[in-house]
Amino acid sequence: MSEIVIAEAARVVIDSDRAIVEARQQGRQLAIKLGFSPGSATLLATAISELARNILQYAGEGEIVMQLLDRGRDQGLMVLAHDRGPGIADLSMAMEDGYSTSGRLGLGLPGVRRLMDEFQIESGVGTGTRVRVAKWNCM
Amino acid sequence: MDVPILKQGPYLIATIQSALTDADLLRLRDTIVQDVGVHRAKGVILDVTALDVMDSFATDTLRGIAHMTRLRGAKTVIVGIQPDVAYAMAHMGLKLEGIFAALDLEEGLAYLDQPLEAGRGR
Repeated sequence: MSEIVIAEAARVVIDSDRAIVEARQQGRQLAIKLGFSPGSATLLATAISELARNILQYAGEGEIVMQLLDRGRDQGLMVLAHDRGPGIADLSMAMEDGYSTSGRLGLGLPGVRRLMDEFQIESGVGTGTRVRVAKWNCM
Repeated sequence: MDVPILKQGPYLIATIQSALTDADLLRLRDTIVQDVGVHRAKGVILDVTALDVMDSFATDTLRGIAHMTRLRGAKTVIVGIQPDVAYAMAHMGLKLEGIFAALDLEEGLAYLDQPLEAGRGR
């Protein structure tokens, strides 16, 4: 894919539930600045909220990085959520609706995939988890 | 951030005024479940007009509030879910399941004013 990262726009350390709110608010502001509709900005903010909570809940600490993307006509926002937590033993299971090891809804990761245009996840037991998602504002 | 809870007749009205952290949401849940007993409330309105994101944790917690208050003898209705929030919740697949939602405070009060049997047997 010929997309280019044009700038790092925000970086939020996720180490408390307050940081979850901070990350999603920054994501919304960036999306609005990029010209996303309020609806799309809400999808993005909701996805960031889920990713940040996963970090806090399963790894205790991690980071959300937001980058501006450009692929010619369209601009986008990429969100990278990474941690050095215990990792996910069974990725395909974690991507199933209704699956959760926390006793909650278990919609987190599959929900995030539905909210965004691109979704990639890498995780290794003991090495942590990296989720990269992107949303495009197609002109 | 504490959520003010107003008593109006037999009802409690909790109006969320800004973004809430997970801890704020859990505190709200515990307070409401307590207050239903303290005020012998028959109904609870959760006004979420000011919430710009309802993710899985918020949805789960609001469902929990509705379930717990019902076990304590009070009906709960959620009012004020914004169009963009509804859009995101539908996209993500989040459901309120069994909790009543109404457009605004007025509709929420009208729902609570119905007798418990209303809507049955029709």
